[in-house]
Parts: sequence; C-alpha cells; structure tokens
Amino acid sequence: MQKLGSVVLHILLIFMAILFLTPLYVLLRNALMTDPQITSWDWSWFAIPPHWENFKDLFADIFVPMANGFKNSTLIAISTVVLETAFACTAGYALARVPAKANGLVLGFILSTMLVPGTALFVPRFVLIAKMGWVNTIQGLIVPGVFNAFHTFMFRQYFLNFPRELEDAGRVDGLGYFGIFSRIALPNAWPIIIALGSLTLVNSWNSFLWPLLIGQGREWWTVQVNLSTYLTAQVVVLRLAFAGAFLGALPMLVAFFFLQRYIAEGITRTGIKG
Amino acid sequence: MATLEAANHLSVRRRRLRRETTLTFWLMVSPLVLGLLIFTFAPIVWGFLVSLFESRGTVSLKQFVGLANYQEILTDRAYLRSLVFISQFSVFMVPMTYLLSLLLAVLVQNASFLKGFFRTVFFMPTAISYVIAAMIWRMSIFSGLPYGLANMVSWVVFKADPLAWIGTVRPPLHFVVLISVRLWLQVGFYMIIFIAGMQDIPRELYEAAQVDGAQSKWTLFRYITFPLLRNTSIFVVLLNMIHAFQAFAEFYNILGTTWTGGALLSLARPPLVYLYQIAMGQQYYGRGTAGAFVLSALMIIATLIQSRLTGGMGREA
Repeated sequence: MQKLGSVVLHILLIFMAILFLTPLYVLLRNALMTDPQITSWDWSWFAIPPHWENFKDLFADIFVPMANGFKNSTLIAISTVVLETAFACTAGYALARVPAKANGLVLGFILSTMLVPGTALFVPRFVLIAKMGWVNTIQGLIVPGVFNAFHTFMFRQYFLNFPRELEDAGRVDGLGYFGIFSRIALPNAWPIIIALGSLTLVNSWNSFLWPLLIGQGREWWTVQVNLSTYLTAQVVVLRLAFAGAFLGALPMLVAFFFLQRYIAEGITRTGIKG
Repeated sequence: MATLEAANHLSVRRRRLRRETTLTFWLMVSPLVLGLLIFTFAPIVWGFLVSLFESRGTVSLKQFVGLANYQEILTDRAYLRSLVFISQFSVFMVPMTYLLSLLLAVLVQNASFLKGFFRTVFFMPTAISYVIAAMIWRMSIFSGLPYGLANMVSWVVFKADPLAWIGTVRPPLHFVVLISVRLWLQVGFYMIIFIAGMQDIPRELYEAAQVDGAQSKWTLFRYITFPLLRNTSIFVVLLNMIHAFQAFAEFYNILGTTWTGGALLSLARPPLVYLYQIAMGQQYYGRGTAGAFVLSALMIIATLIQSRLTGGMGREA
C-alpha cells in the first residue's frame, strides 16, 4: 500500500513537472523559429535549425526600441534594489536596536502603511506624481517604488534575533549604534539581504502597471512595456515577440536559479510566513 | 560634594547619550519614513482632494463637486460589474492557489529522488513576468488556432476540434486561460512558503504520533502537518487574496488589443483595468481616484474581516 502510494506520488510529481516546464519550453522553441514554423499546423518539437537571427532582428526592429528597454529596465531594477535595501535595512535595524522614544510610534506608522493596498491606489499615486512633473522621468520610474514597509518589518524581525553578544563586543570597542550596524550587523545580514533583494529585483524587472503609467514616451519604455506592445500591435511578429520575451525572462530565471536557496532560507528565517 | 558633582556629570553624559541615540534613530529611519509619507500618505491625501473635484483632463483641482464622483462610480454599472467579477475571480483563484501550492509542497517534501530539481521546476515560473506569461498563453498555448498547444493536445488525445479559448462568451473559456496563467506564476512562491512552514514542525511530533500508532502518511498530514500550518495558511490566503484583487497585467495583455478595440476586455474586466481606462484613457482623474478609494476600502474591510475570523495573524496556533 505504502509502495503504491509512493509510485502514484512520483508519477504525479513528474506529470506536474512536465506541466510546469511546458511554457518555458514553448518560450524557447518559439524564440528560435520563424513565424510560419510557429503557426504551422504540423507541430514540430524543436527549432531545427535554430533561427538565431531572431535576436539580431529583434534589436533592429524600428517599432519596438528593445535595446533601450533593456537599458531602462536594468537601470531601474538595479537602482531600486540598492535604494530599497539600503532604506529598509537601515530603518529596520534602528527599529530593532536603537532605543529611542519614538521607536514604537514609527513602527506603528510603518505597519499602518502596510494595510494600504499599493497597487489598487495607482490612480491617486499617479495623480500626485504627475502633479510633481515626474511623468516620463527616470526618478518617476524609480523613486516611488523604493520605500518598502514590509521589507523594513522583515529586517527588523531579523535584527531582533541577531545575537546581542556580537554587538556588545563592538560597543566595548567604542562603536556607536550606526558603527555597530554598519560594521557588525550589516556584514552578518547577507542571507536576508540577498533573499529580500532578489524578490525586489524580480518585482522591479517584471513590474508593468507603473512603468506603463509613468514611462509613456517611447524612450522610457521598459522591457515589459516593449513586450506588451508586441501583444497589442495590429500585426504581430511572433518570432520577435518570443525572442524578446525569452531575453526578457532569461536574467531573472538565471538570478532565481542561483538565489532560490537564499530566498527559501530567508523565508524560513524571518518567518515571512507569519 | 564630590559625589554630587560626579552624579551631575553622569546625568549630563546620560542626557547627551540619549540625545545622540534619538538623533541616530531619526537619521536611520528618516529616508524610509519620509518616503512613505510622500509616496504612500501624500497620494491618499492629495488623491482624496482630487476625488472631490471634477478633475477631468487635469491632475489639478478644478471645480469642486463634493461626493459626486463617488456617487457616479458607485452607480456605474461597468464598475460594479468589475467589482463583482474580481470577487468571483478571487473566489476561484484563492482556494485553487492554496490547494495546488500545498499539494506541490507535500509532493516535493515526500519525493525520494531529485527533490531539489522538482522544487526548482515549480519555483522558476515565479521569476517570469505577467507580460511574458500572457504572451506564451495567448500566442502559443491557448491560441485559438489548431497550432495552439492546448488545441493540438486535445486533437491528438481526444480528436477534439480546436476551441477559440479567448473571446467566446459561452462557454467562458477565457477563465481557464486567465486562471491557469496566474496559477503557473504564483503557486511556486506559496509552495516555498509552505515548505518553510513544514520544516518548522518539530520531528518529535511525528515520531510521537508514530509511537502512538499513527501509521499512514495521510493521518500524519491530517492531524499534525495541516493543523500546524495554520499560520502559514492564513498568510498565504491573505497575500493571495490581496494580489488577486489587484490583478491587471494578464487581463490587459491577454484580453486587451487594439484590433478588437478592447472589446474582449468587457468579457472579464477587473477594477484596476477599468480604473486604468477611466483615468488614463478618458483622463477622468476625479472619478478614477474615487474608484480607487472604493476598491481600497473594500480590500481593507475584507482583510480585517479575514483576520478577525482567523483570530489575527500574530497568534500562535
């Protein structure tokens, strides 16, 4: 009976794995095919020979500025990760370890902002950013997304569990709160920084609504906005759309592949699960 | 005298230390606090003002209209339909995400080989964007033409005729497309959260239960794993619900097209897409902000009800 259960479990597991891999396989397959091959009623499993020129043609497409999109997305994603982590980490440490009177008040304020559904309020946020004159600017694309209450709270939880003995050693050496933070706590916080940082990276790279609102001019289109124009175009060039989508997905797939261990560990350690 | 002076000296030093501590604290939290004030609180305040004004074609305050925008949006059938639609969508989405991610977590945890491989396979779609997934779903897997993978497989297996997956009212097959794409993108993340929760359960509990005669894996799951995942479950359901209510990108990219003039979107239009059309399409910002506040209020109420029903997130199970 147990044996049968185990066989069923593994068959189910393999079936699910094939199901989950199929879309990624389709993405790669189409990226290397010509349009007639993709839409052929005669299904072929592999692009033979692979049409690598799709990638060259992608960057030569005058309607969709893909190269510039990669430049924009890279700049936005890296700035967002660096700034967001710096702000959340610093504030999280202060909330966990610096005994100021306003500590509880500030924590309460940060927690209260977590109740506000960020995406649902995109119209009021857009209205304010537009009033500030930040539409079609790089700061409009980056700055509103770098203040993360949830990650700040996660950092606070992490630093609360940080061994005090290590910090006391620094205090004996005459370090202040900021010195202890930057020299002792921060270098030991890499697991959580990588865990939360990689989630931020993927969210920023993949975000669609905000760049669609703020980066209206073609020169501000991100990778996702560029790809979306392939979907909404009158004439769809499938091979270019899929070549672009493949290149757009690749950096995050690689990042997640190598960082997933940290993400899983970060979730366990900080108790993201509540 | 000397002791008094020393005590005085000490209290001066202590006060200075406290002042330094306070200063350090504010220096460390101020970038975040200022950012949240400007980009989370100020939009609420400014947006609320805008919602009380006509504000059409301008993001400034033009002609005070009181609560007229709220009255209009709450009597707008299309908006109300979008609210009903997103509730139905969530009622499907949340339990399905929950069950599938829990199932995957159980399967992966009980795999006797290639455990890491399976976990990676289920987790990787989390790295893909809604736009890219929408492209794969709409242009390849659920393309209405016979070359679409779903149609091809159903032809090979059942000799079934090709279906137009997107764009028919009856049966509403676009539901299959929209729900499966979100499941594929999300369940890996929740699976990781469930696995983390399972690893927190002490081994001894299982051993003790086995000593007491609980033999089957189902019994162990039913009486130990599942009840002890209570907090994890609450978190997963809450997070998933918040995400489902704010669905936008897959609807915009799967149903929205220039060649149908957005007609497909009226089949299944979530509130965010409708608000996008009002605010960005018609530039009717006053009404758009009013609609955003109505939606946010609904979400906050739903969140509070859920945490009341489940006894709050923080309580230990």
